[in-house]
This record gives sequence, C-alpha cells and structure tokens, in this order.
Amino acid sequence: MDKNISFTLKVWRQRGPKAKGEFKEYPMKDISGGTSFLEMLDILNEELVGKGEEPIVFDHDCREGICGMCSLYVNGHPHGPEGGVTTCQLFMRKFKDGETITVEPWRSAGFPVIRDLMVDRTAYDTIMQAGGYVSVNTGAPQDANATPISKEIADEAMDSASCIGCGACVAACKNGSAMLFVSAKVSQLAILPQGQVERVRRAKAMVAKMDELGFGNCTNTRACEAECPKNITISNIARLNREFISAKCKD
Amino acid sequence: MTKIDSKIPEGKLAEKWTNYKNHQKLVNPSNKRRLDIIVVGTGLAGASAAASLGEMGFKVLNFCIQDSPRRAHSIAAQGGINAAKNYTNDGDSVYRLFYDTIKGGDYRSRESNVYRLAEVSNAIIDQCVAQGVPFARDYGGSLDNRSFGGAQVSRTFYAKGQTGQQLLLGAYSALSRQINKGTVELYTRYEMMDLVIIDGRARGIIVRNLVTGKLERFAAHAVVIGTGGYSNSYFLSTNAMSCNVSAPIQCYKKGAYFANPAYVQIHPTCIPVHGDKQSKLTLMSESLRNDGRIWVPKKLEDAKAIQAGKLKPTDIPDEDRDFYLERRYPAFGNLVPRDVASRAAKERCDAGFGVNETGLAVFLDFKYAIERLGAEAVEARYGNLFQMYEEITDQNPYKTPMMIFPAIHYTMGGIWVDYELMTSIPGLFAIGECNFSDHGANRLGASALMQGLADGYFVLPYTIQNYLSDQISVPRFSTDLPEFETAEKSVYDMMKKLMNVKGKRTVDSIHKEFGLILWECVGMGRTKKGLEQAIVRIDEIRKEFWSNVFIPGELDDMNPELEKAIRVANFIDMGQLMAYDALNREESCGGHFREEYQTEEGEAKRDDKDFMYVSCWNYQGEDKKPELLKEELVYEETEVKTRNYKV
Amino acid sequence: MWLNNSSIGRKLVMSVTGLALILFLTFHMAMNLVALFSVEGYNMVCEFLGANWYAVVATMGLAALFVIHIVYAFWLTLQNYKARGNDRYAVTDRPKSVEWSSQNMLVLGVIVLLGIGLHLVHFWSKMMLVELTNGKEFVINGNAISPTDGAALIRYTFSQWYNVVLYLIWIAAIWFHLNHGFWSAFQTIGWNNKVWQSRLQTISLWYTTILCLGFAAVVILFGAGIL
Repeated sequence: MDKNISFTLKVWRQRGPKAKGEFKEYPMKDISGGTSFLEMLDILNEELVGKGEEPIVFDHDCREGICGMCSLYVNGHPHGPEGGVTTCQLFMRKFKDGETITVEPWRSAGFPVIRDLMVDRTAYDTIMQAGGYVSVNTGAPQDANATPISKEIADEAMDSASCIGCGACVAACKNGSAMLFVSAKVSQLAILPQGQVERVRRAKAMVAKMDELGFGNCTNTRACEAECPKNITISNIARLNREFISAKCKD
Repeated sequence: MTKIDSKIPEGKLAEKWTNYKNHQKLVNPSNKRRLDIIVVGTGLAGASAAASLGEMGFKVLNFCIQDSPRRAHSIAAQGGINAAKNYTNDGDSVYRLFYDTIKGGDYRSRESNVYRLAEVSNAIIDQCVAQGVPFARDYGGSLDNRSFGGAQVSRTFYAKGQTGQQLLLGAYSALSRQINKGTVELYTRYEMMDLVIIDGRARGIIVRNLVTGKLERFAAHAVVIGTGGYSNSYFLSTNAMSCNVSAPIQCYKKGAYFANPAYVQIHPTCIPVHGDKQSKLTLMSESLRNDGRIWVPKKLEDAKAIQAGKLKPTDIPDEDRDFYLERRYPAFGNLVPRDVASRAAKERCDAGFGVNETGLAVFLDFKYAIERLGAEAVEARYGNLFQMYEEITDQNPYKTPMMIFPAIHYTMGGIWVDYELMTSIPGLFAIGECNFSDHGANRLGASALMQGLADGYFVLPYTIQNYLSDQISVPRFSTDLPEFETAEKSVYDMMKKLMNVKGKRTVDSIHKEFGLILWECVGMGRTKKGLEQAIVRIDEIRKEFWSNVFIPGELDDMNPELEKAIRVANFIDMGQLMAYDALNREESCGGHFREEYQTEEGEAKRDDKDFMYVSCWNYQGEDKKPELLKEELVYEETEVKTRNYKV
Repeated sequence: MWLNNSSIGRKLVMSVTGLALILFLTFHMAMNLVALFSVEGYNMVCEFLGANWYAVVATMGLAALFVIHIVYAFWLTLQNYKARGNDRYAVTDRPKSVEWSSQNMLVLGVIVLLGIGLHLVHFWSKMMLVELTNGKEFVINGNAISPTDGAALIRYTFSQWYNVVLYLIWIAAIWFHLNHGFWSAFQTIGWNNKVWQSRLQTISLWYTTILCLGFAAVVILFGAGIL
C-alpha cells in the first residue's frame, strides 16, 4: 500500500502573458502515494475553490500520457524527475515526505505563458502545417500492401512517430530549440516510402518555419532526449541535419 | 407521431452505397468555394472530415477544445482498427465484418449503415498507409494483423499500442496541410456553446473562447459536430478530462433527436479505482485479452483472504482458479465482446469473488503466456502496457497478475442521424462517436476508429453535398442576424446565472455525487426501481447544482471552473436522458443490461418483438419528459439471432 | 545564404570550423611531442615553419577559422538566450545523460580563448611575429634567444610555475570543450545514428584525452625540469 506524504508545493502564478508572475507556496497534507501529480493539483484546486480563491490553471486532458497536453516543469525537469513519463503519469509515491516541490510552466520564447502553468504551444502546429504531412488526397490510393515496408523501417518510423508534441524538448533545452520535435516528424516521413516525394521540400520548410518562430539553435546537449516522455532519440536530429544539409546542397 | 425517415437508399444491401453515390447530387468545384462548413471537433471524425472537405474545395471552419487538434481523445485509442482486408487469409470479407458488427451490436443497429461501414473499411487502411501511418508490419514487409474481441478472424491493424494516436496524427497531418493551403481555418481552445438555427436550418454556432472567456459567433451553410461521447457524465470514465456532451445536448435542445442514450459501453480491462480522489480511469488495451487469462479464486475463502491481503494471487494453485470466461464461453473464451466480459466480471465480484481490497477487481494473468511464449515475446507485445500498469499501480505484471475492472469507456448512443449522417435538424450533421449510428447496443473493439474515419473521410464528404447542392445560391450569413443575437444572449444568461448562484459546493463535488448515482443506477446492471429512483435523484442533483454551486473568477475571462460547471449542467441533463431511455427499454441488449431481463444463465435477454427499434428522444422543454420516437429496425440480410459466444 | 539564416546552417559552420580546429590541434600536439624526444628535432620544425610564406598563410587561415568559430558562437548563444524567453527556471537539474560541458560550451570557449591570448604572447609574438617584424632575436634573463629556438622558449615559459598552472587549466578547458565538440560536430553534420551515438562519444572521449595528454605532457615535463 502507498503511504501518505506531506510536502510544500511552490507554484508559479501568473495572470497573463504580460503580467508579472511569482511563486506561491501551498502546504499539502496527507496525500496518498497512489495519487497522480495532476490529481494532487486537483485536490489543491478543490481546496482553493472551497476558500473562494481561483484555482491554479494548468493544461491537462487524457491523463494517460498520450495527448501531450500536460506540461509542468517539476523540480527542475519537464514532466518531473521520473524518466519516460508525462506529468499525468507521475505519481506522488516518487516524492519524499517533507520536501518542497517546485512547479513551473514551460519557459521558452516559443511557448509564451497564457496563465499560471498554461503555455501557448501553437507554434508546434504551425511548424507541422509548414510540411509535416504527405500530400495525398482522400480518395482511393493504392492498396495498403502494394508497397512492402520492412519491419525495421516500419518500427523505426513508429518510434519517431510516437512523439506526442508536448513541448518537453523545448522546455528542457537551454537553447529553447525545437529540433527534437521537428526531427521526429521529418524522420518518420523521410524513412517511409510514402514520404519520399516531398522529402526535400519538407525538411527545408519545417526547419525554416521553426527558425522563423524563434526557437533556438540545437547545440546537442541531449537534454531533450533525456526528458522526452516518449524517449525520442537525437538520432532523429542527426537525420534531420542530414536531410536539411543535403536538401540545401541540392539547391 | 412524427415519422422518422432514415433515408436508406433503395436496392440490395450490398449495392445501396454504390447506388447512393451514383445518384446523389454533387456540388461543382466553383460553387464549393462559396459554401462554408463548420466542423466542431478534431478527433478522427472531425479532423478527417475537415481535411477532406477542405481538399474538395469547401471553406471549412474547424474548432477544437484543446490547444491543438492533435490532442483530441481519439489519440488515446490503443488497440487497433478493423478492416475486411483478409490479408491473413482466414476467410474474412466485407460481409463478415458487417455481420460481426451487427451481431456484436446485438441487432440494434441499422443494417445499411453498418454494411457501408464494412465496405469503406478497406479504403481507410489504404488512405492511412498513404499518409505515412506506421502500421505494424511483418518481416515480409506486409501489414500485420491481430485478433480482437467478438471476431473469429484477425482483421485488426495496429501501430504498437498507439493505433489511435497514429491514425489521429495521420488525420491531423491531412488537416495541417489544408490549414496551410488556407481551405481550413482552425480555432483552438474554443468550446461550442450553442447551435444557431435560421429558418429551420443549422446555420452557425456560438462558441466560447476559452482563453479570453468571450463568446463569439460563427456562421456557415452547414454545421458538423464530431464532439465525441458522453462517458464523462459518470465523472469517472476512461475519457479525457475535457470530453463533454455540451454540443450534442445543445443540438438536442434545438430539436435534434438523441438516439439510444442508454447504450453505454463498459470496458472490461481498466485499472481498478484506487481512492476517492481519482480523476479518471485508465484503460489497459483490450489486446491484453489475446494472451492474458482472466480469473478469480474458485473458493470464496481464498477471495476473502486476497481481499484482506493475507494471500497473494501467486499463492493460489491453478486448480483453485476460476477462469470464468473460458468456463462460460468456451468458443470465444477470454475474447468475448466487451459487454459480456464486463458483466461476467461484475457477476463474479457481486458474488464476493473480487480480488482487491474493495472486492472490485479480477485478475488478468500473463503467467501462462510467459510460460508459453517466453517473457521476451510477451514484452515485445505488451511491454509498454505493462510499464504503464506498473507506473500506476506499483506492481510488476511479469511477476504478479494484473488487476482489472470494468469502467465506462464509450457511448454507442448519440445524436440521431439518417443514412446521410444528417440529424433531424436540416444542415446539422453528426459524425464519429457523437452520433448513434453504427454500433447498435454494443461496439466491438477496434471499430470506433474505423467508424470515426469512415464518417470523416468517406461518408460525410459525399453525403453533405447532397444537402449543399441546393444551397449554392444562398449567400454567406451575417453573424449580426437576430438569431445569432438571441442564441448568444441565452448562453450569456445561462453563464451569468451559474456565476450568480454563489453557493457552497465545488463543481467537481456535485459531479462526483451525480456520477455515482449514474454508476449505481444506470451502470452495468439496471433495474426499473433503480432507474425510477435515478430520475428523481437526478432532479434533486440538478436543483442542488443550480442553487448551491460555487464558481470563482470572472464570467468573461479564462475560467476553468466555469467551463466545468457548464459541462456538468449538460451532463446532468444527459444523465436523465440516459435514465429515461434505460427505463423505457424493457429488455437487455449489448451495453444495456436490465436485471429483470436475463436468462437463467445470466445472459442478456432481448425482446425483438417490442424493442427492435432505435429510441429517438425529442426534446420538449425544461422540466418536461422528452417525447419518444421510434425508428423501426428492419433486417433484410441478416437473420436475427440470440448472440451466442459459447459455441 | 542558408549557412547564415538557418539554424542548421549556422550550426554546420560551427561544426566544420570546429573540426578543422581539432585537426590543427592534432598537428600542433604532434609537433610538440617532438620536443619530448629531441630538442634539435623540435627546433628543426620551428625553423621549417618559421615565418615562411606557407606558415603565414596557414596561420591566417587558422585565425580566420578561429574568428568564424568565435563569432558564430557568440551569435548562436545570443539567439539561444533570446529563445529561452524572459523568465528563467527557478530550479534546474541536469539529467545524468547530459554532459556538463555541453551546456557550458561558451564559458569553456572563453577560457580557451583567454588561453590562446596568453599562448600567443608567450610563443607566437616571440617567434613568427618577431621574424615578420624583422627582429632577429630577443633577450630573456640576459640570454639572447633565436626566434626559431622553440625549445628554449618552452623551457623558459614553463620554468615559471604559474604558467604551468595556467596552461594546465587551459588544457583542461580544451578537454571539456572538445569532448563535447568532437561528437557534436559529427551529429550536426548528420553523421550519427542510434548505433554510432555511443561510438562517437567514446571516440570523442579517447581522442580528446590523448590530445590533451600530449599537450599536458610537454607542460608538465618541462615545468618539472625533467627536460
């Protein structure tokens, strides 16, 4: 059985994008170790609402680690110190009794704060719109088995495609770089036969959009892959570099 | 009484869809540019519809509640998507997929719709592969299949345990392409509040911008809602936190019939509830039933000892284990349909054989699979699921059996639609889980993804043209029209009323209380008495809510508590509708189990003579019981039988 | 030009100049090692290079590489600083797999740069510069030393203990800088994948360690008066 713990929660509160934010401390008592981090915030919010105060705003949705909506920077790590999970899959049993837990929003110029712990990640959609697709109309493409794809390629594409677009890579990167996110999509489509036609155009367009939106330059610190809840590796970034450089050299 | 016209095309079942497409009216390309379509929702149905309509040249306005279309809850589907490809050469065909779906739905779905679904299923797989969806493949490079509950063939395509994610990202990429081209305008962090009707046709929506808190108006020639199901009425379900029924309920209140609200799917393999602070339930993929064996102790004293923590599951020898699904349903064993598996688990737990400290769980054991296949093979198949389970429960499924319990997962009921997916309001369409159409009283695993994408890619883009073809001369609407004015004002007044209650209870506390009533009375086992009580108790909850809820913050600013409150107000109305329907349907079928109507062996007992119809509920006003209309179901091609998964 | 206005382009410039500089360091270290075995041999190398046209051209090329590498470093860092946004994290924690050096390349680079300044004063200004300005020799402690007598210069420089300390700090900074820079350059060019990631990092570690040990050996052995 999970034990109950008590701790102090230090949460970033900020009214709006332009407002000045500050930390507020909330003592938490007797929280069961089986409570998820977000449920713990629910408990706090219930208390706050009960006292007539406004609850802490944070993004969350599926609560099973796949939608990519939750985005908390907990004790110096995006999605908390536990590896390979999103914030919603982080459980209180991973924390110690009596400790202070600091919760901050993603901090990056590409992701401005909307309120409290909620940030605006529209930039990711914009990058995807620049070229993160195969241009095929709905209709009658060839039979799904017409082009065989080796299991290795399919599996590798799947690994790249498992990115949930949460933004932890940008949040973890001291350069605010979105390379892991962009490279995961470029990689997936660069290795599958379906993505070949637009391969060159895609790499250029997505990188150009990423740069335009103010994300930083990758310096290969590997913080992104260390913090990625889906364990996307920087081998994708190497592939993106390769794709981009060869695309530019072809010009 | 209003006659329900489901507009099923003439001809033989297998020819209906082809005939329809050959004879329907179309809109020519230059006119498409002049027609606007609102699509609410960006799940599999919404995103695929918005993308396809954009490709065709319509001007599409697409709304989603999350910060990105890629986060719609379709993303959480794990297992797979069905198609009648017969790549495994085990005798599959369009007819078999159709038949399994009709049978799985306990003969409560519309034959013509289901046949069309099975027909387009193959095109979905082709489409998704062309988009770059990385489906699992075998070493020869061909697509791999697995089997799922309720079928005797392997027809399920999958991408690891993240099929929903990959399919949604495929649709999202198609959508992104159209946004880039400018045919689709995307609005994120918006929630639909009301439908605007002009001269009897759906012409626009009122939405709330969740960032600014302001109401905004949007007009179009047709409105499509793909806003998902109503599982979150129960508070605890496997649905995402923002899943809600506000859009369908508002459409219902404007005159769209709500069909079969009582049909709710309870998924057998969820992680059991662990405490009263829990916010949602986590589903473990149904695919686990392929290799896991479900059991409870044979002896009551063993079960009691396990509940008290005195005995470990691994202490119980095989001969003292009751593999109740294999015992009761030898032919399908652990792969019986979801409703059957869920009810069987409930039956064992009600009898006292449940296994966790609350007695509300059964074991799903991989010991046998590990012995048969080796731990590595099991890890390759289910590694990520096991990891997720261990993360949540702190127990290692390689060493000790998993514990699972049924949970609310999907709703087969929804807004009534005809063959063209149009609701009873002209110009209003409903797609995906949001409509009632294809699953009857119970949905088979891996069919939801199929239906969402079928509606969005291959059905709606055709059928909507039949409606729009005579709208080409209708100019764009101004949002200054009095109809918009009135609709916006009524939403504003409703929000103001909520804010002004200034009571003592939080939104969640009322939602939890309400959810428990639903789970008790309109859950897995329903009785006349319980349902009658539920209707009264829901009335009381509604009064409590509207007189004692407290919402902090401002009305026209970002306000998550107000968002939740509006959703709960609609969940309460939804819950009552479910209770009305469940009370009316005096039979057991699929996800709807009335305890009065069961065989001696405890199986569901249908009443085909009196209840072979779709219940369509027609709103009559606040505090009035809705009117029940019936769409009779006619089975031309299938012989209606009692579902039997024993032999 | 994409080498300027795309992030990957700018990084490519860093990576290519960086690799070229590593190559230069490798040659430099190899030449230094000669001094450990034969003072005459080393002076022959010094004489061969001297202020001959090819050495001057190479030096100018080298200087250009340095300047480009440094200018881009500051430019990238400034951009990256901006990309981080206005508010900083209150708590940060470095994951285990993240090298300390990778997050402090600019600081390390600045230390390296200061070291280079010192090194130029100690050696280049007394060798190539003297020759170029037609100076014949210079005087240390009353002894006239020829600008091509590199060995004497080494012996003199490291006879002062603080120079030994400063050079060792400098070499340590180079070690950290290169340990990340080496594999990172390959990654930026795109010559990396899942399999090669650990191989490259291992090669990076060995290569830089040998390189720096080579440099340090000269400093320590001359500093200790053994040679």
